[in-house]
Amino acid sequence: MSETWQIILIIYGILFGILTIAAALIYVERRLLALWQDRLGPNRVGPFGLLQVVADVIKIFFKEDWIPKFADKKIFILAPGIIMVTILLSFAIIPFAPGIFISELNIGLLFFLGMSSLGAYSIVLGGWASNNKYALLGAIRGAAQMVSYEVFMGLSLMGVVMMTGSLNMVDIVEAQQHVWFVIPQFIGFVIFMIAGLAESHRIPFDIPESESELVAGFHSEYSGMKFGMFFVGEYMGITLISAMITTLFFGGWLGPDFLPPFMWFIIKTFAFIAFIILLRASLPRPRYDQLMGYGWKILLPLALLNLIITGAIVLAIG
Amino acid sequence: MLSHLRSIWLALMHSFQKRETYEYPEKKMPLAARYRGRIVLTRDPDGEERCVACNLCAAACPVDCISLQATNDEHGRRYPEFFRINFSRCIFCGYCEEACPTYAIQLTPDYELCEYDRQNLVYEKDDLLISGEGKYHGYNFYRVAGMSIGGKDKGEAENELPPVDVKSLLP
Repeated sequence: MSETWQIILIIYGILFGILTIAAALIYVERRLLALWQDRLGPNRVGPFGLLQVVADVIKIFFKEDWIPKFADKKIFILAPGIIMVTILLSFAIIPFAPGIFISELNIGLLFFLGMSSLGAYSIVLGGWASNNKYALLGAIRGAAQMVSYEVFMGLSLMGVVMMTGSLNMVDIVEAQQHVWFVIPQFIGFVIFMIAGLAESHRIPFDIPESESELVAGFHSEYSGMKFGMFFVGEYMGITLISAMITTLFFGGWLGPDFLPPFMWFIIKTFAFIAFIILLRASLPRPRYDQLMGYGWKILLPLALLNLIITGAIVLAIG
Repeated sequence: MLSHLRSIWLALMHSFQKRETYEYPEKKMPLAARYRGRIVLTRDPDGEERCVACNLCAAACPVDCISLQATNDEHGRRYPEFFRINFSRCIFCGYCEEACPTYAIQLTPDYELCEYDRQNLVYEKDDLLISGEGKYHGYNFYRVAGMSIGGKDKGEAENELPPVDVKSLLP
């Protein structure tokens, strides 16, 4: 009985923690962007502007939740849910610390890849159901971007899988006792980072959104909490990608003993979240065809090359 | 590729730079000495209104935000019966100040013109008149003008000679 309660506690703890972090990231991002743009950012509501998060959440809850007359109502409502569900489900396989994870799946990594592919449906269906040309353009771009970046996202992780010999996330972390995979798998790390950015459509790759050309892309027609779900979904996506990079390449919870393992995981994850925000502060958005060409002509061959070399070395040693 | 890394690095280095934001209500921008803000009507050193209701400011105003009506007092001195500036229209261009022949209308460095009710931005003469002389001290139009006005006859103004008797040949 007590074990069941412990599992329920962990599940709700993680769910609550992820949602809180995703909401708080709105504030963190605004403050960090302000720091890198020599501004101050929100600092009026509460100490250091920390209550800005509360104000934003209250605002978005009380906004009019409007469904356009011309929209495909059922799919329109369904779409923002998909991104939340798929990303929250992906968190099920991440080991936060020894013993703190929801499920130790032996196909953990595969589950993550599957869920992140399903996330593309959210964009496509949302854009399609909006019945709006900008939304549809955004959705098409989103689909194309997801399809092309998904390919080498998986391939870039295969190096890690080969070195561990397992798709289980806990095994992957424990295989990094001696050296973090970022050193032998540096190319894999870079490619996964880029693919992850494209996957969570963050700014250098926010082509489905492209505020300057497509209004807001696939969520042009969304308002209120439905938009809020896309918005929070994006921040959860960042958290997910950062957590995945931490687990796969930076040794997860592993770290010197003076801090508990969970803290190491949090620190590393936040470092990557901050790095992703830094990318937003510094890099411009590439053109659509540049993005596709970059993906297929440079990153895919690189990922394959990395795969072949890693395979050869693993074969030679093992 | 290298330029991307360089721009990421440069953005990161901005963490250590001074922030440009002024936290406004607590800390205000240093204004230029001739900053053009709220318009005032000034008085001459004797405490009289400087405005002679010549309408030049209203004519110069590109957005027609100034309106006034001239009238005379018992000495024949012109002054505005009413003087109204609609600050919701005013663009603070300062043309009225340049047009003013008597230094009466002046722009001040006060920019905090916020009202909940738009009608409150229409300033009447009482709101515009200040008790001081503004930027130009010691200037009194009627003391340098040759006009005969209550208590001061022709030829009695500063730097002015008594009027010449045009019907006499004597020097």
